[in-house]
Amino acid sequence: MLAPVQDTSNETRLARARRLRDVEERRTRRFLLAPALLVIGIFGLFPLTISMLYSILTPGTYGGVTWKLSGEAYLQFLFERDIFDGSLSLSSTYLQIYGRSIGLALVATIGALILGFPTAYFIASKPREQRNIWLFLITLPFWTNLLIRTYAILLIIRDEGIINLGLMSVGVIETPLNILYTDGAVFIGLIYSYLPFMVLPLYASLEKLDFKLVEAAYDLYANRFQVLRRIIIPMAKPGIVAGCILVFIPGLGAYITPELLGGGKKLMIGNMIALQFGSSRNWPFGSAAALILMVVVMAALLIYVRNAGKQGAHHG
Amino acid sequence: MADAALSPMKGTGLDEAEQGRDMVLVDRVTKEFGRGEQAVTALDAVSVRILENEFFTLLGPSGCGKTTLLRLIAGFELPTRGQILLDGQEIGHLPPYKRPVNTVFQSYALFPHMTVSQNIRFGLEMLRKPDAEIEQTTRAMLSLVRMEALANRRTDQLSGGQQQRVALARALAPRPKVLLLDEPLSALDLKLRKDMQIELKRLQNETGITFVFVTHDQEEALTMSDRVAVMQAGNILQIGAPKEIYNRPAKRFVADFIGDINIIDATLGNVTGAKGQVTLPGGASLTAYLSDSSISQGAVSIAFRPENLRLVAPDDAAASVIGQIENVVYFGSGSNVHVRLENGTTVVVRTSDSIGALDARTGVEIPEEHVQVLVD
Repeated sequence: MLAPVQDTSNETRLARARRLRDVEERRTRRFLLAPALLVIGIFGLFPLTISMLYSILTPGTYGGVTWKLSGEAYLQFLFERDIFDGSLSLSSTYLQIYGRSIGLALVATIGALILGFPTAYFIASKPREQRNIWLFLITLPFWTNLLIRTYAILLIIRDEGIINLGLMSVGVIETPLNILYTDGAVFIGLIYSYLPFMVLPLYASLEKLDFKLVEAAYDLYANRFQVLRRIIIPMAKPGIVAGCILVFIPGLGAYITPELLGGGKKLMIGNMIALQFGSSRNWPFGSAAALILMVVVMAALLIYVRNAGKQGAHHG
Repeated sequence: MADAALSPMKGTGLDEAEQGRDMVLVDRVTKEFGRGEQAVTALDAVSVRILENEFFTLLGPSGCGKTTLLRLIAGFELPTRGQILLDGQEIGHLPPYKRPVNTVFQSYALFPHMTVSQNIRFGLEMLRKPDAEIEQTTRAMLSLVRMEALANRRTDQLSGGQQQRVALARALAPRPKVLLLDEPLSALDLKLRKDMQIELKRLQNETGITFVFVTHDQEEALTMSDRVAVMQAGNILQIGAPKEIYNRPAKRFVADFIGDINIIDATLGNVTGAKGQVTLPGGASLTAYLSDSSISQGAVSIAFRPENLRLVAPDDAAASVIGQIENVVYFGSGSNVHVRLENGTTVVVRTSDSIGALDARTGVEIPEEHVQVLVD
């Protein structure tokens, strides 16, 4: 047998040094991440564990829970228990609430995208020194509490609000349009509340768009619409996806907007969950409903990220 | 109307016999950026005609208006005044996507979310060509620029030279009437640049498409072009074949910008036709070409190239001027000898002969056929 080769060539030593450095860098990164992990652990995972636990317990008579394991909360989501013989029958009440919430959040997301895209493009095409002013204006609403802003919308769209009074004084309509306490009002409120979350990521990706690419497409016989479809939108895709996620998820769980503008007549998920911890005094069901929402959203995100990851691999 | 403005063919580098069909005709085009007091004139009533199947170069320092002129032909800018005709059609106010003209950008501007062949297909798809034709043309373009092997690569995985080829193929695929090239070689290193110069010339010959090339590199312009327009401050100073521009610069700026040249003061005496009697510092006299008939007698600048000069003995009858060797700069294939004349002017002589010692007195022979009297 040959003597073992002493592998001390320069390259090997360099590679070893590089590996060592990488390990050290990883250690530093982990250290930097620690505070955030701590906060998420205490204020994120801990309450989540409580929710999980409560969702499999029995509701207490005056709220809270009694320590008796039960799957009732999850059954209640899909089934209705007969008061007399206790038999289960399928019920779509809660599925409908979820369906309506997802629908409203989707429509609001699309609305925000349609409004936000031209806005973001406008800002990105401004000279650099002007962009900050526009971005500041976009974020300006955050300086006021959401509740107050929602009341402001309520004042604008109610029967005696500016819109109706204005339209009536001009003579376009004779009786006030019924906007407040409809899905339309919730839609307006959601778009208004979450539009900045759409504009900012869109801006971030459009700002990086090399305008020469647009010129090149025009040069290659693409008209305005084709440039938008074939060049600008594909290049802005990461921003579009980020914006849609940032609007859709909080829109789905929105509480204040549907409560004030929807008048609580038609429940959205957020209000339904709040109800369980309030007048319904069914904490386990509220916990279960919240967890189901979370699982649905996370599953959707995971599927997306996996697909995006595959595409990203092509990007190199 | 356009012809009236351009009728004197003199100074365009074209003989009457050589005229082909006009492909691009730029007629007194002015481009101003900004409005009112702050308006900046990028092009000042520029006229130029570019022939079918010609390799035409716009040469000048940055800010001379060459890129603006190119962008006006492409349609990225609209002229403030004047007309642009393409193959007889007025196109000055059409959007870029309605002009049968394609551009190779300085930064290539390849679409990063598409593969090499998707980039090349793009223009053909926008023109709604039949699928079979798109396939065939794309393959032909890939082989024209020798990129078949990388057809399915993403463009961000390519080297600079490869990106350059894709940009060329993409712009040539729709068979434009004119291909515009905006300093396409400036991002490449010297070796690759030299190769691409030859490659571009080959592509132009093979496709028969009119090329309009913008560069600030005078060597590049002289190497590749059929004709060159030298621009400065929004004006075209001289249009001509590379040899004409090099040997017979019309203006001081052109002489100075292209190649190495000696420009010295002299006195112009009698003028006969296109030539005039010039008295050099030191008293010698010779007959030189006038770059313009409007030059009047008196103090003038004359220009001659270092490689046309010869060092001779101070007492040689051929010596046009006499001076002292001030400096010798060696550059491989020869040396530049700086000779300081008695009036203080320095004349550079390029030679591969043996040279006298520093400070030695020497004569310089200036052959009169290589001397040009300049307009400032």
